[in-house]
Amino acid sequence: MTDNSSDNLYISKVDWNSKEQKDRLKKRYLIERIFKGFAIASLLSALVALFVVLASVFITGVSGFKETRITLDINMDERIVGDLSSMSDEELRRHIPSINANQMIINALREKFPNVTSRREIFEMLRLFSVGAQTEIRNSLLNDHNLIGETVTMNLKASSDVDMLIKGKISREIIEGDRKISDQQLQWIDQFIQEGKIIQGFNWSFFTSGDSREPELAGIWSATVGSLLTLLVTFVISFPVGVGSAIYLEEFAPRNRFTDLIEININNLAAVPSIIFGLLGLAIFINIMELPRSAPLVGGLTLALMTLPTIIITARAAIKAVPPSIKEAAIGLGASKMQTVFHQVLPLSMPGIMTGSIIGMAQALGETAPLLMIGMVAFIVDTPSSITEAATVLPVQVFLWADSPERGFLEKTSAAIMVLLLFLIIMNSLAIWLRHRFEKKQ
Amino acid sequence: MGTFSLFLILILLMIIFFVLGKNKSLLMVKSNIRNLHSRPVHYGYSVGINSFIPGFCILAIWMLSEGYIIDKLLISHLGEKSANLASFELTNLLNSIKEYFESANPDPELLRHVEYYITTSERIAWTFFLSAIAACCFSGFRTLNNIKPDINSRNNLEFIIKIVLVIFSVIAVITTIGIVFSLLFESIRFFDQISITEFVFGTQWSPQTAIRIDQVGSSGAFGAVPLFLGTMLITAIAMFIAGPIGLMSAIYMAEFASDRIRNIAKPLLEILAGIPTVVYGFIAALVVAPFIRNVGEAIGLEIASESALAAGIVMAAMIIPLISSLSDDVISVVPKSLREGSLGLGATKTETTIKVILPSALPGIVGALLLATSRAIGETMIVVMAAGMAANLTINPLEAVTTVTVQIVTLLTGDQEFASAKTLSAFALGLALFITTLALNAFALYIVRKYREEYD
Repeated sequence: MTDNSSDNLYISKVDWNSKEQKDRLKKRYLIERIFKGFAIASLLSALVALFVVLASVFITGVSGFKETRITLDINMDERIVGDLSSMSDEELRRHIPSINANQMIINALREKFPNVTSRREIFEMLRLFSVGAQTEIRNSLLNDHNLIGETVTMNLKASSDVDMLIKGKISREIIEGDRKISDQQLQWIDQFIQEGKIIQGFNWSFFTSGDSREPELAGIWSATVGSLLTLLVTFVISFPVGVGSAIYLEEFAPRNRFTDLIEININNLAAVPSIIFGLLGLAIFINIMELPRSAPLVGGLTLALMTLPTIIITARAAIKAVPPSIKEAAIGLGASKMQTVFHQVLPLSMPGIMTGSIIGMAQALGETAPLLMIGMVAFIVDTPSSITEAATVLPVQVFLWADSPERGFLEKTSAAIMVLLLFLIIMNSLAIWLRHRFEKKQ
Repeated sequence: MGTFSLFLILILLMIIFFVLGKNKSLLMVKSNIRNLHSRPVHYGYSVGINSFIPGFCILAIWMLSEGYIIDKLLISHLGEKSANLASFELTNLLNSIKEYFESANPDPELLRHVEYYITTSERIAWTFFLSAIAACCFSGFRTLNNIKPDINSRNNLEFIIKIVLVIFSVIAVITTIGIVFSLLFESIRFFDQISITEFVFGTQWSPQTAIRIDQVGSSGAFGAVPLFLGTMLITAIAMFIAGPIGLMSAIYMAEFASDRIRNIAKPLLEILAGIPTVVYGFIAALVVAPFIRNVGEAIGLEIASESALAAGIVMAAMIIPLISSLSDDVISVVPKSLREGSLGLGATKTETTIKVILPSALPGIVGALLLATSRAIGETMIVVMAAGMAANLTINPLEAVTTVTVQIVTLLTGDQEFASAKTLSAFALGLALFITTLALNAFALYIVRKYREEYD
């Protein structure tokens, strides 16, 4: 009785409508608002970070998909080209690269600007064109021998400096010494522009060519192929091994110290920095097993070891999610444990396993550091045709271009990043789609 | 006649043996499957696998030992000539024999060795090739002969599969052992040349060792303290920013946000988590570092163009999603009863979060922060592209510092001679990195487990 009365006494003492209590309540709500504000601000700042990353890549990269060309009337002079009609295919293949296409451009320029005579000026003018312009002339000859002796209007690839100027990345305001394009060259370019002979188009060669020292010629094809080959090796190794160990650990392994060890080990392996896997690859695959450096084989092996824990962990979760009733039904019908796993459990958990594997592959696709360790940083122009040839991969290509001091590589870097992100988005959407289908089925 | 074609032939033989085995089992019982112990495919598989395994073993031995055998044979063929050569000269000589190109005036002595190399390597390849196929056929036909209706093929097959599965799951352990041993082995070689105390306590880092004896200014100093300090500085900056932001975003999404916002924000954060680190590095060097420099100039501060601050900020952006998703998981596991009890007593959401949810989720959050720290310590590309190369002993975030991972990359890319202290020091750094991150992870897992037990 006394307890109750003292409680009542206490409660009655508090006047909820007093100013003191109202202030207290106000203060609590204020704190609530401030805390919530901080929370929103945190989330927003994370999203701002995402926005900054994507926007700066997009802004600097979009122009990387465009190229600048200069229209020029090229006279396919027979004296320079030589007699192609009498040559066999073999002779042609040897002869074509030796054609002096440079001279053809010079002749065309002489004709266009008759008052330019000094060699120095001609060469300065020649520098408006990319080295690739010569290859373009030779290729057009290779494709059509009838061009000889005729004057052909060609859109030739401009040099990176012209490209940058047209795209507004080199300012005309800077004094001549600090600018990569001289005043004289600027005059010629303006004349070309006035005549409508400078055109911008989609840069197809960015997707079809390999790396190059010249920004305007550099492309991502060989890096893309290298990435695909590396991922292929990674998948072929890590998928069966990862799913196999997940099956064993989830369905067959007895609970003992050894399997505990494997489990702890896999969890720890998942958090080991990727560069350590690079050191492992260098020490084991290259120094001990003497596999070829820079090859997709070694890169794939290294990345496979790195993605293995991811695949094992997700595959185990997917296998665990299969209802026990299905397993029990199969075993009840006389199937062996192995038959149950391969005929019932695995097909049911496959979407989940695939989701995990795709996420693991996406990680491997974006990984750079371990590949630097095994020497995939070489300057590689040729497209690799097997997993033992030297190759480079997309993220490493991004790293190499980002390191380059040339202005023209900046937009190439961002453009390559955009392609890389596109691949990652495709892979992740696939994973999300699979997960949705999986969840619906369950 | 290469290893790959042998592999294809072995696969083909396996398929043939599979068909043979399956048909034979059916023939024996005159297509009356009831009289078979196992299903026909089991007989097929077990014959196929039994034929494949010995052949594959020989193939594996071939791939692993070919180089070694050929080297040994070549050295014995070189005879006296090889005996008094230094090891690298010998390697060069062997390579010049193996990668011999026709030249105008060939050295007859060398040519003789080249011929010997070509014939022996061909002979070795044929030996392995044929013995692999022979072993494959022998084992295949033997199992094929042994097929009887009452032989329990399924059990045999399942035993083999189980062994394969065990081998697969041991690969993860072998990887760890491989990491530990390769790091340890090279580190021990490093510590033969440089004392451990110098490495751990020395404050001078300049790994450029003299290639010629008379070279100036490249004595080589391997005191790793500046690297450890630089790593800690950048990690601290990153955690200082990402810790609160990540945690608060998780709290917002778990406690305050509506489902709609949650469904938008979560995938966006996942995108942030999925961006390759090389992209972050590019952004750090392209956008963030110049921005910080300009801001510093505007307020009269001198900031290095590769300041620790820029790298730290970008690294923070990278680990925010990690912290937020890990702590989101932890927070949403807190029992509903606790949350509702607190709200029912009249507490505001903030009070509930701070006084009820965070304390009960604390171990998980600490674990998440530790895991994020270990990720930040091991992160490579951001610091390679945005932090400096010079090892400055400073804790000023506005100056350029270098990190352990940056040094590993710079030491191991480009030309390297394998036994030099410079190259080996990368492995010692790697060992330090591995031990640190492993300890952090183990500690994080331990805390989480211990508190979870207490909580249950």
